[in-house]
Amino acid sequence: MKVVVDYGKCTGLGICESLAPDVFEVNDDGELELKQSSVPEGQLEDVEAAVEGCPTEALRLEPDDSSADTE
Amino acid sequence: MSVEHLVVVGASLAGLRAVEAARKAGFDGRITLVGAEEHLPYDRPPLSKAFLEGDRLDGAPEIPLFRSGETFRHELDVHLMLGEPATALDPERKVVCVGQREVAYDALVLATGATARDLPGTQGLDGVHTLRTVDDAVAVRAALEGGARTVVVGAGFIGSEVAATARKRGLDVTVVETLPTPLQAAVGRTMGEICSSLHTRNATGLRCGVSVDSVEGRARVERVVLSDGSVLDADLVVVGIGAAPSTGWLAGSGLVVDDGIHCDATLWTGVEGVYAAGDVARWYNPLFDRAMRLEHWTSAAEQGARAARNALDPPTARSYSTVPYFWSDWYGSRIQFVGVADADELVIVDADPDPGSRCVALYRAGDAVAGAMTINAPTEIMKYRGMIAKRASWRDALSFAESRRAVAGVS
Ligand SMILES: Cc1cc2nc3c(=O)[nH]c(=O)nc-3n(C[C@H](O)[C@H](O)[C@H](O)COP(=O)(O)OP(=O)(O)OC[C@H]3O[C@@H](n4cnc5c(N)ncnc54)[C@H](O)[C@@H]3O)c2cc1C
Ligand code: SF4
Repeated sequence: MKVVVDYGKCTGLGICESLAPDVFEVNDDGELELKQSSVPEGQLEDVEAAVEGCPTEALRLEPDDSSADTE
Repeated sequence: MSVEHLVVVGASLAGLRAVEAARKAGFDGRITLVGAEEHLPYDRPPLSKAFLEGDRLDGAPEIPLFRSGETFRHELDVHLMLGEPATALDPERKVVCVGQREVAYDALVLATGATARDLPGTQGLDGVHTLRTVDDAVAVRAALEGGARTVVVGAGFIGSEVAATARKRGLDVTVVETLPTPLQAAVGRTMGEICSSLHTRNATGLRCGVSVDSVEGRARVERVVLSDGSVLDADLVVVGIGAAPSTGWLAGSGLVVDDGIHCDATLWTGVEGVYAAGDVARWYNPLFDRAMRLEHWTSAAEQGARAARNALDPPTARSYSTVPYFWSDWYGSRIQFVGVADADELVIVDADPDPGSRCVALYRAGDAVAGAMTINAPTEIMKYRGMIAKRASWRDALSFAESRRAVAGVS
């Protein structure tokens, strides 16, 4: 699975980082950076919690092979 | 597992997340969502922030709805009962009363949130508002639009955010706070003082250590009289003195209610089939080994989901533990807080010469780090949330802070 961020929605609150710090990090300017875009082994539950926990609903999980990335 | 009908009372964040989690968990029985407000569930944090701002080109902002009616009816297959509050719960017969109707449930999630506290003696006076609902926000926004001289009562998060948006519109604003500093209950006195500098440097009047004696006016508010005898002229008074859990309707239900609905770690009320979530729930947070009631977005969302899953399948119920987290935006500065503030010691581990423009503070409880607060340090805060969740020692937290300072120093 890979993580997709809608930067139009994300406000850099960082809840995702606290739940899955290997994947998400908010930088000094308050912008979210993905440390890696695919979900690391054994961390799917954490990343799912991050997707659900995001107050702006900016995160989405997609299967790796999805080629139709329209947003 | 024999739940056929899940009923959720309270159609806001926690209630919505309860419904969504139930469907996500594969529940295909009936779901009814009961809400006192006419509106579909909407998001509250924007109401004291973007919703009040004046720089929109397209006129009045839209209600920040979470989902469309279509989504509720079709995708989530939820029966919506909006516009009327539930008035009673009978756990013996497993029914909730809504107006003249009785709604029978197999599993019930209570998510009735909290209601803003009024300033006594201001009922019926135009121009005096609390800020909890979108209807409140529409009224406050209209007054700001009209250039109101604004007095904010209570320098908590919501009051401070309203003051910041009013200033952004160039209006005269004074914040009145009974305690010596803003946010004292939430972040402690030292950090409260630093926060007060955000108000004063933005030319918001800040009157701490005084209370409101009376709010005067004929039909509309005209002035606010303070306990030190001073008088503030006002066209708009926004009251931000906290919220009380909406539990009045549960009187006689047998549920234990005392500043929130009491729940165990799994959000269970102790009454068969009945769980609670969000601002209304006082639950046992295993991570801090104490009962807490939070009024924060993140925990309300997570508890809603957890309560529904647990209600649908009590034998596999999981406990909910969390490091409390909230944020607040004032004058373009972002304040973030994780953990708890009632600590033995506070240390500012990193700060600009003017801490109001950027700082990182840690709270110690015993020999562990219990809380952290940042102003404009968004890359720091969540690292401490992780440490608090792992019960990191105070010494580790301080040396981590040291290493972060070193990183910042070289970059
Ligand atoms: C202006 C404002 C700004 C905020 N900003 C932030 C922020 O920046 N960060 C943050 O972390 N948190 C913030 N919060 C807090 C956050 O919005 C709340 O924690 C969250 O809304 C709680 O959700 P809830 O579903 O538990 O309760 P609520 O949102 O209070 O919803 C409860 C719902 O239940 C309904 N209800 C009540 N009684 C009954 C009844 N008897 N029958 C049926 N329905 C009933 C109510 O009408 C309401 O719609 C803010 C809150 C406000 C008001
Ligand atoms: S939780 Fe959501 S809004 Fe916050 S940083 Fe992560 S993606 Fe952005």
